[in-house]
Amino acid sequence: MTAPLDVPGDAVQAEPEAVLAGMGKAIEGRSLRQIAWMRLRRDRVAMAGGVVVVILVLAAAVAFVMDRVFGLIPTTDFNQSLIDPDLQIPKGFFGGLSADHPLGVEPVNGRDLLARIFAGSWVSLLIAFLSTVVSVVIGTVLGVIAGFFGGWVDTLISRLMDVFLAFPLLLFSLALAGVVPDNAFGLSGDALRIALLIFIIGFFNWSYIGRIIRGQTLSLREREFVDAARSLGARAPHILFRELLPNLAAPILVYSTLLIPTNVLFESALSYLGVGVRPPTPTWGGMLSDATQYYQIDPEFMLVPGIAIFITVLAFNLFGDGLRDALDPRAR
Amino acid sequence: MAAVAVASALAVGLTACGGGGGSSSNNTAGGASGFNAGADKVVNPSDTKGGVIRMANSGDWDSLDPGDTYYAYSWNFVRLYGRSLVTFQSAPGADGAKLVPDLAESLGKPSDDSKTWTYKIRSGVKFEDGKTVTSKDVKYAVERSLDKTVFPNGPTYFNDYLDLGDYKTPYSDPTPDKLGLKAIETPDDSTIVFHLKTAFSGFDYFAMLPSTIPVEQAKDTGSKYKEHVVSTGPYMFKENNLGKNFTLVRNPQWDQKTDPLRKALPDEYDVSLNVNADDIDNRLLAGSLDIDIAGSGVQAAAQGKILSDQTKKANADDPTVARLWYTSINGDVAPLDNVHCRKAVEYAADKTGYLAAYGGQTGGQVATNMMPPIIPGAESFNTYETPNNAGDPAKAKQELQACGKADGFETNISYRAERPKEKAAAEALQQSLGKAGIKLTIKPFPTGDYYKLYAGKPDYAKSNNLGLMINGWGADWPDGFGFLSQIVDSRVIRASGGNTNLSVKDPAVDALIDKALTTTDTAAREKVWVDVDKKVMDDAYTLPGLWSKGLLYRPPNLTNVFVSNGYQMYDYLALGAKK
Repeated sequence: MTAPLDVPGDAVQAEPEAVLAGMGKAIEGRSLRQIAWMRLRRDRVAMAGGVVVVILVLAAAVAFVMDRVFGLIPTTDFNQSLIDPDLQIPKGFFGGLSADHPLGVEPVNGRDLLARIFAGSWVSLLIAFLSTVVSVVIGTVLGVIAGFFGGWVDTLISRLMDVFLAFPLLLFSLALAGVVPDNAFGLSGDALRIALLIFIIGFFNWSYIGRIIRGQTLSLREREFVDAARSLGARAPHILFRELLPNLAAPILVYSTLLIPTNVLFESALSYLGVGVRPPTPTWGGMLSDATQYYQIDPEFMLVPGIAIFITVLAFNLFGDGLRDALDPRAR
Repeated sequence: MAAVAVASALAVGLTACGGGGGSSSNNTAGGASGFNAGADKVVNPSDTKGGVIRMANSGDWDSLDPGDTYYAYSWNFVRLYGRSLVTFQSAPGADGAKLVPDLAESLGKPSDDSKTWTYKIRSGVKFEDGKTVTSKDVKYAVERSLDKTVFPNGPTYFNDYLDLGDYKTPYSDPTPDKLGLKAIETPDDSTIVFHLKTAFSGFDYFAMLPSTIPVEQAKDTGSKYKEHVVSTGPYMFKENNLGKNFTLVRNPQWDQKTDPLRKALPDEYDVSLNVNADDIDNRLLAGSLDIDIAGSGVQAAAQGKILSDQTKKANADDPTVARLWYTSINGDVAPLDNVHCRKAVEYAADKTGYLAAYGGQTGGQVATNMMPPIIPGAESFNTYETPNNAGDPAKAKQELQACGKADGFETNISYRAERPKEKAAAEALQQSLGKAGIKLTIKPFPTGDYYKLYAGKPDYAKSNNLGLMINGWGADWPDGFGFLSQIVDSRVIRASGGNTNLSVKDPAVDALIDKALTTTDTAAREKVWVDVDKKVMDDAYTLPGLWSKGLLYRPPNLTNVFVSNGYQMYDYLALGAKK
């Protein structure tokens, strides 16, 4: 008798009981979190997305702390010697790629694109993260309240969600960003613009997650463990925070990771339309907007911020999808 | 080819016979070719009639009605179907900015105080319906153009300068012939006399406005007249679909003998409207279109194609236009109320960066003073010289010292949000002024209300510390009055906003302008406008950036092509088409 090639010799000789005992290890119960982590780790696509997300966040954090990227000030370090004086686009191959400027330089003033992409990353990610937090907090609180209490509270909040869902968000944000003065709420300049964008994007996107949470709460509150808690005399706050919320953690987490890329795109759209952060602070949407004039003669300038947005959105989406699969026991 | 050679030889002969022929032909026998040849010479000279010229416009006319239009291209084009009293000579180079009589027999004859101007109408000029043009038709045309509720688009020079009394509009004129305006007299059918409120030595430029193109009162349909303008020129409307396209064909009533200016070579003009700008460029380059009617230059994409291809480049012109891109320095905002702080800005600014923002050497040339060199009599001078026009932080710091701000200061710079070139200029100024210690914060404002509510509203600009305001100005016509009066005369500034003069407030400048308005001798008047320019620069209320250029493309099948200095685009009276 010959052993199959891929089976270790000792396994073949093992007693059936030993196999059952987990190859000598004690059988231990795995928590839901452990199972999820194990599943997530096995999902290579999701892990790749996760790694990219971590790198992006670290890069953005570094760019936020430092005013220089690779020794360059992304807003004012001009390299006009690298620009073709006839056409005002970078000299050299494909947008002026070179060792000094690995992603090339901007048309007209020759600022380094890599530095500007990095400097732009913190604006995009900060706004996307914080506005997601705002949406999730408002959406979860109102969704749980609506689902748990039902009745006229549910009716009121559900109608409110309908109103927000029907709201022409892009038009409204264009109008709002246009009328807000330079100094308001004790903020000014970039800080005010960023706070404004976070408010606009966060405050008007809560109804989507609110609906999901309300639906989950509706089904959860009829479950046995909630009945049990109630029959033991638990009050509403206890049931809400100790019984329901932990069970809502999975959908909240998943929805957050999927909302972030949407918000990255929305921030880019607003910057593209000129209501975002003001120049010379770089943003990805703003860079795309600048590139539209040059897309036929310097396509590289449009590709760079486009690819940055693409990678970010893709990474968050892949990671979010993997997370959902990992947390959902019914998946696969 | 032989025909062309004969034609150009004839043309030279004509010119030699004396100016009266008014031929728009060239001064070089074989005609010119190559890059920028059309800027001061005739390309493909020809007298061959026939063919169709195909034109396209990326937008639409404000109005085809001569009394209701304010685009330079429209003023150039309207001459194909209408004859104003005076117009710009159809000639290349500096001659193209000279006024010559058109419907009038000669330029205006002023009274001693320049307040009364008299013109004689040419005899034998007819409308397309055969009626003879009289001075009353010209008077009626000017009268109706005064009505800004019916005709909101046109210039308001006649409203501002004619001694109107309480006359409003011919449409509510109680006199039976609707010619109740006292400020214009028509003693006989061939004489017209204009009476002004104040002396104005450059009235011939007003007589050049399309609102002096005669309008037959019986055919006037008010705001609907643009649907069928009754022609006095060599072409008339055959078909007119507003907003889409129109066709001009020969006007049988037009007589070459009454018209020394127009060549009227093609048989037909086909004009398409609201065509995508990049599409226009592509069709020009492919030869399926002859003229981009707006005449402001090709888009960035086509510019790349043209400049990188020598054969295409040889069919392009890059003329300077009477347009200045500049930054107003607001003396209402501290510390720019101190002339030394303003001078620090002048010295610190890197004008090569400013130029780059507007397209570099193809987009213009560095401006060292206000008046573009294309304007007759303009002088180029540089009050604030810096090495290579790239800024001089050391000199700027000296001025800052004199201003009492040795460590620099902070202020805001505004621009129009929808204009990427102005944004790039703001960033370039932020960078170069930063080297001298002047820290700028960039503030975009909506383009539509930039003059009405923001930069052009003095109290808003002051309370929001808009120390520097990026803007631009194109002359209505190339002379000192047409270019400077609306941007340096402090008396045109209204507190309610909508100003085009954002910063120049100097009684000495105003006094010089008044002097220019009463100087009838052209050469002397041009000198006074140069003095105005110099005084404005001494005050450092403006930071000139660049004099604009536009890259124009002329497909090889066009004949008789040259740039008119009067309109700073191809002259539309002379064009012909090879068949």
